[in-house]
Amino acid sequence: MSTRTETARRLPAPLLALKNIVLFLLKSPTSAFGLAVLTLLILVAAFAPLIATYDPYAQDLALTLQAPGNGHLFGTDELGRDIFSRLVWGARITLTIIFLVSIVVGPIGLIIGTTAGYLGGKVDTVMMRITDIFLSFPSLILSLAFVAALGPSLNNAIIAIALTSWPPIARLARAEAMTFRKADYISAARLQGASPARIIVKSIMPMCLPSVLIRLTLNMATVILTAAGLGFLGLGAQPPLPEWGAMIATGRRYMLDSWWLVTFPGISILSVSLAFNLLGDGLRDALDPKQMNRR
Amino acid sequence: MSHRRIRFYGAAGQIGTIAVTLLGLLLLTFFIGRLMPADPVRAIVGEDATRETYEQVYRSLGLDRPLWEQFFYYLGDVFTGNFGTSIRTGQPVIQDILHVMPATIELATFAILIGAGLGVPLGVFAAVNKDRWPDHVVRVFSLFGHSMPIFWTGMIALIVFYAHFGLVGGSGRMDQFYIGLVDERTGFLLIDSLIAGEMDVFWSAVNHIILPATLLGYSSSAYITRMTRSFMLDQLGQEYVTTARVKGLSRNQTIWQHAFINIRVQLVTIIALAYGSLLEGAVLIETVFAWPGFGQYLTNNLITGDMNAVMTCVLIVGVIFIGLNLLSDVLYRIFDPRTR
Repeated sequence: MSTRTETARRLPAPLLALKNIVLFLLKSPTSAFGLAVLTLLILVAAFAPLIATYDPYAQDLALTLQAPGNGHLFGTDELGRDIFSRLVWGARITLTIIFLVSIVVGPIGLIIGTTAGYLGGKVDTVMMRITDIFLSFPSLILSLAFVAALGPSLNNAIIAIALTSWPPIARLARAEAMTFRKADYISAARLQGASPARIIVKSIMPMCLPSVLIRLTLNMATVILTAAGLGFLGLGAQPPLPEWGAMIATGRRYMLDSWWLVTFPGISILSVSLAFNLLGDGLRDALDPKQMNRR
Repeated sequence: MSHRRIRFYGAAGQIGTIAVTLLGLLLLTFFIGRLMPADPVRAIVGEDATRETYEQVYRSLGLDRPLWEQFFYYLGDVFTGNFGTSIRTGQPVIQDILHVMPATIELATFAILIGAGLGVPLGVFAAVNKDRWPDHVVRVFSLFGHSMPIFWTGMIALIVFYAHFGLVGGSGRMDQFYIGLVDERTGFLLIDSLIAGEMDVFWSAVNHIILPATLLGYSSSAYITRMTRSFMLDQLGQEYVTTARVKGLSRNQTIWQHAFINIRVQLVTIIALAYGSLLEGAVLIETVFAWPGFGQYLTNNLITGDMNAVMTCVLIVGVIFIGLNLLSDVLYRIFDPRTR
């Protein structure tokens, strides 16, 4: 504890908390692996133009379906495009999906959940009924329905995924808000004349934030798999975009003779979703001392 | 209030909740159906219909009425079992779905048997060895199953086990050679072929179902393992476990005859829920394995833009989910004496 107060003087509180979390995560090999893969993903996406060896859209019909090697690290696809370069650029699409879904789903879930949990009564009942309706579908099926209605495209896939992945967040935020509702400091704020909106935003939401962030991380694995699944079914990113799921879909026709078309994009999806799952698992331990003792 | 009355009110409240959820479900599918950019009238009358024909169909579909009125018509249709006709097959949608459902149920049932058979023992094993290496190995193994894109694993498995080693059957429910050989009575191929006494067909069907079912089962086992582990940990931390050990029971007896007995109820409810989420994986795996089930029907209709069929499929998945949730609640009440 003493070291903690010493560093606190030098670092602002949120950064310090982050540093402690990262240090904790690095202790476990599995979450360290998760962290490493995600760091790699971010770096690859950021420096895609430098890392990619070819233009991801450049076709070379003289060199179609080339096996890995010969200047093409992961081989070429049916139009002679370099698979490695497409994967590298695809990392940007994956990160975009993750980012957009998070910034939509997090706030929506947080607002609905904390409002329902804090206000209780009829508001709670109505909001939780709506949440239940969304929860009564598996996320992929509901996303399918939304994309089918909106028309297949990457943006619509992102909208559909966001529309279907807020309910678990809302549920969680509600449960958290309910435990804080009766706390003394909330009563104190109320007695001082704070409005419900102020209490929710200033006092309840910050308390719910850590668990919502963990849940978002855990959800990201599902988000990636759903996005890839939509891409695979031809309802997400459209060709020639180098989205990993869509790459698998087009590679499927050639998979028996040219295994590299489906293998590498699949490994990419698997590693990123596994990384999120491992990281989420570690985060749960890092941020929740209760769970740490129970495990 | 007597106990019976409390139970009655509990059940009535639950039925009310389900009714509201169902209504919401219908509202949601109705709303999504109206969102679509495709013109339902054009889909029926074709591109070069006259203006009169167009107007007539437009009115006969009730599209000229206010939205809320249309919703009531939709409700009426749903409750009388009229889900419209599939544009692609020209048959009533509900008939199509009933026709493809057995294939998916067969696959999902096989898968859940594998998933539970894998997940429950692994969960117990992990709990007993908490925080030691077997626990970590189980955790990574099950997270791996949870992380894999199942359509991709399906393809890789087909390449390896079918194309390369020839250990299992490929796409479809049976070898091409046997199609049409067995009369369809129940729609469940494994049962039909046994009734007909066609053992060749039966083994061919087993050969074809084993790969997709194993993959589906493995992916669903992650959830089952995790829940089993945490239920077991709750039990193992209790004093009766220590008492049983002090009494002289062996470790295995304590685990299986005391702790495990107490988590059976929770396990059943978890497995019921996992069964429902298999439908999601089934949509993808059926596409990869050309499995003529519900998932393939849904995706085919998505591609052709047959919204009637798509929305009915989505509605049915929702109803199945609600049904399974209810079932797991009911099972809980029946099996757990404390809830009586």
